[in-house]
Amino acid sequence: MARLVLRSGNLFAKNTFFSGLEGTLSKRWCTAEHTLAVRKKIEETREKALQGGGQKRIDTQHKKGKLTARERVNLLCDEGSFIEYDMFMEHDCDDFGMGASRIPGDSVVTGRGKISGRTAFVFSQDFTVFGGSLSGAHAKKICKIMDQAALVGAPVIGLNDSGGARIQEGVVSLAGYADIFQRNVMSSGVIPQISLVMGPCAGGAVYSPALTDFTFMVRDSSYLFITGPDVVKSVTNEEVTQEELGGAKTHTTLSGVAHGAFDNDIEALLGIRDLFNFLPLSNQDEAPIRRCDDPWDRDALGLDTVVPLESTAPYNMMDVIKGVVDEAEFFEIHAQYAKNIIVGFGRMNGRTVGIVGNQPKVAAGCLDINASVKGARFVRFCDAFNVPIITFEDVPGFLPGTSQEYNGIIRNGAKLLYAYAEATVPKITIITRKAYGGAYDVMSSKHLRGDINYAWPTAEVAVMGAKGAVQIIFRGKDTEAKEKEYMELFANPFPAAVRGYVDDIIQPHVTRRRICQDLEMLATKKLSNPWKKHGNIPL
Amino acid sequence: MAAVVRQHFRGALFRFQTAISSNAVQNRGLRLSTALNRDQYWNDRSDANEPKFDKILIANRGEIACRVISSCNRLGIKTVAVHSDVDSNSKFVRMADEAHCIGPAPTAKSYLNMDKIIEVIKETGAQAVHPGYGFLSENMEFARRLSEIGVVFIGPGSKAIESMGDKIQSKRIAAAAKVNLIPGFDGEVHNEDDAVRISNDIGYPVMVKASAGGGGKGMRIAWNDDECRKGFRLSKDEAKSSFGDDRMLIEKFIDNPRHIEIQVLCDSHGNGLYLNERECSIQRRNQKVIEEAPSTFLDPETRKAMGKQAVALAKAVDYSSAGNTLLHKQEDIPVDGWAIECRVYAEDPTKNFGLPSVGRLNKYVEPLHVPNVRCDSGITEGSEISIYYDAMICKLVTFGTDRNLALDNMAKALDAYVIRGVTNNIALLRDVITEKKFVSGDITTNYLSEVYPDGFKGVQLSDMERQHMVAVAGIIHAKENRRDCSLINEDSRAGATKIPSSWKLQGSVSGESLPMEVNFNAAESLYEVVIAGKTLTIPDNFDLSHTVINAVINGEKETFQLGARNVGHVNLQYLGTKFEIQVLEARMAEFLKYMPEKQEMDVSAMVIAPMPGVVKSVAVSVGDMVAEGQEVIVLEAMKMQNSLTAGKSGKIKKLHVNGGDTVDEEDILVEME
Repeated sequence: MARLVLRSGNLFAKNTFFSGLEGTLSKRWCTAEHTLAVRKKIEETREKALQGGGQKRIDTQHKKGKLTARERVNLLCDEGSFIEYDMFMEHDCDDFGMGASRIPGDSVVTGRGKISGRTAFVFSQDFTVFGGSLSGAHAKKICKIMDQAALVGAPVIGLNDSGGARIQEGVVSLAGYADIFQRNVMSSGVIPQISLVMGPCAGGAVYSPALTDFTFMVRDSSYLFITGPDVVKSVTNEEVTQEELGGAKTHTTLSGVAHGAFDNDIEALLGIRDLFNFLPLSNQDEAPIRRCDDPWDRDALGLDTVVPLESTAPYNMMDVIKGVVDEAEFFEIHAQYAKNIIVGFGRMNGRTVGIVGNQPKVAAGCLDINASVKGARFVRFCDAFNVPIITFEDVPGFLPGTSQEYNGIIRNGAKLLYAYAEATVPKITIITRKAYGGAYDVMSSKHLRGDINYAWPTAEVAVMGAKGAVQIIFRGKDTEAKEKEYMELFANPFPAAVRGYVDDIIQPHVTRRRICQDLEMLATKKLSNPWKKHGNIPL
Repeated sequence: MAAVVRQHFRGALFRFQTAISSNAVQNRGLRLSTALNRDQYWNDRSDANEPKFDKILIANRGEIACRVISSCNRLGIKTVAVHSDVDSNSKFVRMADEAHCIGPAPTAKSYLNMDKIIEVIKETGAQAVHPGYGFLSENMEFARRLSEIGVVFIGPGSKAIESMGDKIQSKRIAAAAKVNLIPGFDGEVHNEDDAVRISNDIGYPVMVKASAGGGGKGMRIAWNDDECRKGFRLSKDEAKSSFGDDRMLIEKFIDNPRHIEIQVLCDSHGNGLYLNERECSIQRRNQKVIEEAPSTFLDPETRKAMGKQAVALAKAVDYSSAGNTLLHKQEDIPVDGWAIECRVYAEDPTKNFGLPSVGRLNKYVEPLHVPNVRCDSGITEGSEISIYYDAMICKLVTFGTDRNLALDNMAKALDAYVIRGVTNNIALLRDVITEKKFVSGDITTNYLSEVYPDGFKGVQLSDMERQHMVAVAGIIHAKENRRDCSLINEDSRAGATKIPSSWKLQGSVSGESLPMEVNFNAAESLYEVVIAGKTLTIPDNFDLSHTVINAVINGEKETFQLGARNVGHVNLQYLGTKFEIQVLEARMAEFLKYMPEKQEMDVSAMVIAPMPGVVKSVAVSVGDMVAEGQEVIVLEAMKMQNSLTAGKSGKIKKLHVNGGDTVDEEDILVEME
């Protein structure tokens, strides 16, 4: 026993626990007293770990409206289900006086727990311990649970609250980040990875949330930026506050870095539990099916009037989505960003589905750069994790203009096209109204291996709207009559239906039951893409 | 109480005339008072051999258009609907045999557009026009133009319209017929100065109103010169857009009256009879909210005296609503049962007893399964309540052999009435019908401001009611948790974890927190909730897709409506009012104390749209100094002009809107420094 301990002592040479016992060990190492002392030491160390940075720092954390790392983990997981790893692990840095201050567990809490009875691996950075800074030990702890999560096929949820790198450790800290990044990338598409930023997250640290599938923030208490306002001021002379530079509002509305934000820690943790319930545990699992109370064959009568008869009038695609999914429950992703497209999770007869919908209420539902990228990323997540994709299409085309062209709408629009074309999960599309131009092709069309494509009676599938088309075809002669002719020819679902590009024209109120039936049929769909190292999506 | 009874002859005479065939009288007053006799309830007992129109056009929309069309369907008369573009998907449009779009949303371009309507009449060959109420129903020119092309105007003759549709004219005639009248000025008031002078002569308070007015539109109460000027201006504008006639009159405002209407029927042989009264005292903004028949206030003598005056007035204007049918005169129709009508509006009753709201009815289920209930509505699930028209959702009528039974039925109907997507006034209606003063019949037109002096704030729950509601919210949390833990296709893993059957929770609502323990008893299929020292036993008789929950709490039936559920919150409607109940596991709730309070915006330096609408005018420019309370913007919504004022004195920093802009609820219109 002692030999074993001492042999591995090189690994733990700087460990306070063992160094404190050295004197005792040399004399009488096998007595009952010793056993009791060890037991006591274990208890004390555990107690110390649970105290994190101490009561004073815990109080400060609370005063800021933030919970501590362990409180967060415990609330995230089902009651009593969290099992902590590496509570005794400590940093191994002696420079700059760090040797004198070691806290068991260091600045992160890691482990696994259950959410609604299903396994999740969790790390939660502890701001009360060295400001949550990332040491080599901190990184190792995170990597350990990430490795295990990938091994058993269960999601990783990271709760970020860290001042950044442990500067005292120098390159060790940077190496730690890179180790995490590498695992983020290796796990991408294998297990769902979710980041919840609950405090500062700056510098290199931001790339871990950026590599995960979903990043959420807590309003007024979390920040994400490469460099803070001080550096920004000195380099670019811009005056900007933390909130403006990297607050929740900035990242959920302008940059799209964050997929959503919550008002406080409790709501954020509950929100993540909600999202988790929609997701499969890994890419080896099918989309989860929950018991469904909402009748699958319910007629959604409200849908019959949702599309206005005037084809240029806006309506809210969210009404369509909520009318179709189980109990109108929809977990929206990127709700505040690129609002001309809606993406999120719902359930159909209990089964998780990913929903993509053009939003006619915003910018007529056109596809622009941001909307394309938002849609593409979501579609790829669904495809990676076996979540069927339902697309509600009302798209007048890609947004024209120099701003879009100069910023690469071609390259970015192609991402959405690529994502849909590549996806092998069940794909069901409902054209509610416009399906114009290239955007028609992109939005999960039959030509991109759409499994089931429907048109509502209000559907118009054409190269462009009547006005534009007539101007091009007839150069402005007799436009009114020609427009009418064009409308009669194209502003209806028939041109697509007679060619089999849509499988059926359905009344809106049967949409729910048809999707449920199709999903049941498609549950055994088997489709794979040719072997490749990986595709080359136009980044 | 000043028991001044206002006799609304105009309303009684014209508002609900819906005679369709030449002798079939479908009269709402009749329906109300004889409602228990279902044989008389519909007009489908008409004689099939009687001559009838083949096809009529309905020059109206919404509830009344639906009502006319269904009557026509029963009588085998073809119907033509005319509608504005935003109404294209409306219920009445779908109900009619033919439908024609006659223009864009603004009423002047559609429902008041006589040229276009007459065009459609000619095109469709309709033999008659039913104008419903409002819009063109009292428009003499329309009636005249119809008779020119030989089309029947279903409604009173032009003399009656001319005399009574016009308040100024009608007051003169009524005076001549020796009918008791409210003191006022019997001429047109031309401008603000005129208005102030006349008001001073009459003495404040006064009512400034449109001669063509009705439905609470185009009228304002003024207590002083300033209010008089403002009221005159706003009402005149409203009258113009609602009725196309902006002539104004002023009369004494009677501060504490009851509003009782008498309906009369007259034939063209000089016979007239009156029906029992309707009590319409519960009002907001001079618009009826709750009606009942009979009134708790009238004794047989008063009823008779009022009825006689009403008939005298009708005769004075040659009023005939019953065509060629000979009325058999009958004094004193006996009062048989009781009817209550609640007007369900799309409006927020917590703001000024009813600030119009708009939206799409995502879910809409009328409580027709409740016995003795009738719903006259013009909408269905998926309908849109727009800013352009009246915000009424439904006239909900319940009957009973006596008033208490009618009120009981109303409570049941309101509890089971599912309206989602649009803020509505069910909370207020539900509260009034069980309020002590109302139940005792002690009501005036000031009822709402007397009973709710600080505005309506939703039902005030007793401790027990709150406990019951929180207990139900706790069960919903439990059911959701159980469901989340039972995935069908992940048995192997989920199986290792037990599905919870016991929860320690905390429910918080309106600032009060209640700890509770919820236990699921699978063997007996029931939940036990320990809350506030009591144990409530509640059978597991609903699932999470139900919108109406008929809970049985310790043997007592209680109705709840289940709304959205999201991150720790359950929305329930209980006793008419919507509550958001935060339900958290107790272990989570203990950390609530650390959560920061949500920051409220300082709204005094902004003018925010209280409802969606169209900006009618902007009275200020950037850089102007304004005083607190000064009008900065007039917003038109649901045909009502709303004056928006500065919340504090200061300088205008930013204007976000121009005249004609459409704005959404809570849009910031003006910012001040």
